[in-house]
Amino acid sequence: MYHYDDFDAQLVRERVAQFRDQVARRLDGSLTEEEFKPLRLMNGLYLQLHAYMLRVAIPYGTLNSRQMRQLAMISERWDRGYGHFTTRQNIQFNWPRLADVPDMLDALAEVEMHAIQSSGNCIRNVTSDPFAGVAADEIEDPRITAELLRQWSTLHPEFTFLGRKFKIAVSAARQDRAAIRVHDIGLEVRRDAAGNPGYRVLVGGGQGRTPMIAKELRAFLPRADLLAYLEAVLRVYNLMGRRDNKFKARIKILVHELGIERFGEMVESEFEALDRSEEVPVAAEFARIARHFAPPDYPPAEDEPEALDRALAAHSDFADWVARNGFAHREPGYLAVTVSLKPIGGAPGDVTAEQMRVLAEAAERFSLGELRVTHEQNIVLPHVRKSDLFALWHLLRGHGLDTANRGLITDIIACPGLDYCALATARSIPVAQAISERFADPARQREIGSLSIKISGCINACGHHHVGAIGILGLDRAGVESYQITLGGDPANEASLGERTGPGFPFEQVPEVVEQIVDTYLALRMPGEGFLQTYRRVGMTPFREALYAGAA
Amino acid sequence: MPVLRDASGVIADSWIRVDHAGEIADGMKVILPWSEDFAPPAGLPSFMLGLHLPNDIETAKVAPHLARLGLISVDFPSFADGRGFSLGRRLRNLGFRGRLRACGPVIADQFAYLLACGYDEVETPESLDRRQPQPQWERALRAISRGYQPGYAGGRSVMQLRHQYGMEP
Ligand code: SF4
Repeated sequence: MYHYDDFDAQLVRERVAQFRDQVARRLDGSLTEEEFKPLRLMNGLYLQLHAYMLRVAIPYGTLNSRQMRQLAMISERWDRGYGHFTTRQNIQFNWPRLADVPDMLDALAEVEMHAIQSSGNCIRNVTSDPFAGVAADEIEDPRITAELLRQWSTLHPEFTFLGRKFKIAVSAARQDRAAIRVHDIGLEVRRDAAGNPGYRVLVGGGQGRTPMIAKELRAFLPRADLLAYLEAVLRVYNLMGRRDNKFKARIKILVHELGIERFGEMVESEFEALDRSEEVPVAAEFARIARHFAPPDYPPAEDEPEALDRALAAHSDFADWVARNGFAHREPGYLAVTVSLKPIGGAPGDVTAEQMRVLAEAAERFSLGELRVTHEQNIVLPHVRKSDLFALWHLLRGHGLDTANRGLITDIIACPGLDYCALATARSIPVAQAISERFADPARQREIGSLSIKISGCINACGHHHVGAIGILGLDRAGVESYQITLGGDPANEASLGERTGPGFPFEQVPEVVEQIVDTYLALRMPGEGFLQTYRRVGMTPFREALYAGAA
Repeated sequence: MPVLRDASGVIADSWIRVDHAGEIADGMKVILPWSEDFAPPAGLPSFMLGLHLPNDIETAKVAPHLARLGLISVDFPSFADGRGFSLGRRLRNLGFRGRLRACGPVIADQFAYLLACGYDEVETPESLDRRQPQPQWERALRAISRGYQPGYAGGRSVMQLRHQYGMEP
């Protein structure tokens, strides 16, 4: 993984000192609250319902054991002993004191981490595929591009006071595991006919109150042009994007209002006119970063260790866990394993300091020191030797980290909602907990198969409900929580937005409603069909009938 | 009185803002406001002519006049409205070589970004200066030694420094 050179380290240190100074200047009145707000947001510091919240950037979701241990330390020393992994592959601490934040940032800098641009109207933490470097269907490691963009976007002089936040995601595999079609810019690594590396560029996707699927801006952009081209896109957006209405300020609205052709022409003419005399050879910087992502030296491993076979045969819950949470590794003898942060009845994505240390230890002993955070709010141990799986499972099991539900109905994505978030209109975590308990039976979950439930506590859609197979959006209807259900959302290659079933349901009814949807699906599915396939075949009608039959 | 400063410190303002060309007296360096029918007043040398632009100006409209302008002042209606950063870059990209001024309630913490985007100087309201006096602007300028972005730091960006030897032919 990437390690800071002196330039990186110095910049992060200086940014912490600068923020310390900004906090002091807020306290002595040099900065008004209005002026301080974007400065603290650009350092990941929100004012929430009950307290400040610090969102720490985990660039493209990759971290090592040492960093995970430091997160545990930070959560104990300055917070309440836990953290929350988010749908943006970051971690949030929910209870820091303003005066402590500079020290927390210093502690992060010690392990090459920061909170830069994890919020605010700037280019946010770049996200990517949690199975980067592992998946067999990948052209190259997408994190090389993501790291290049992390640096390029960090404290960008021109794009730090944009009209609205700006999110970039990178995928380099056939299967899109980074949801690039619902980002402001989605990049897909490609090669042209001659084998030269470059990108397919998508623009204007997003969730929030006006969800949109991104459109293609360039079918192929040579790698050498990447930074200049993004500069052109961002400049057009910065100058032309709406500033009169916060809810119309994302690039998706600009692209929608201008049309992709017109927007594309403006980008191309900006791009043509750029002064590129000072440009670095992107290839050279790319190659430098790529060295950090060279495949690790995999210790030799047996592809079908006998001991594993015996353990699988002897322990059915271990076998279930391997079958469900394992992900094929391109290195023979290895497997990537998802550690579910969705125990039955738990708060999705929450981990205690003790669990963070266990994860750090697990990575150190069994995954070449590396971990990934997924946008599904789970952790991936990317490089586990098959012969170590049983020992790993034992370690995790002792700490409630062995739930075998990756991709199943209890692997629910949920935003913080009314429990923490100042913008929330309804609870979100308790809904997830209630559904999870309803479907607790592992056999039932396996029978249902892969099915994603995504829950947001307001229309901002941080819980990605638009792209959940079942999406749940909590609203406030005259002081009462009401949950709107959507079906058929998909963040991947066949990206689609969920369709509303009809009027919303009260909090207590949501698990029952999900049950009815599931029963309808089970009754209609053909052999081997997943929920989305069935839904696409039969449409909304049978589900609507099941849900509202008694209501008419 | 508004305060004017550049990288060297607080400086005197030798320019006078006027509402229209009729107010121009002999020997005055003037900043005229933008209007759709703007044309550089005849006989005024470029080093004495400035133009104040709103931040949503269509740059194509002002492009033909750039060579005739000694100063462009860009309006920053609020520090949070970042269009002026891109406008500055675009004006430089179009070849504007005169003095570029950011005008409005921008804050010290944005000083370095403004300079990196091609601005030479910043004109802020007096009330702001009482809260953020000159030392804060100097500190803000030193806070981050080097940014990453090539093309924004006079050849001294991190990405350029990393590869400066590699770049030599
Ligand atoms: S979706 Fe709404 S409630 Fe949930 S975290 Fe985002 S802003 Fe808060």
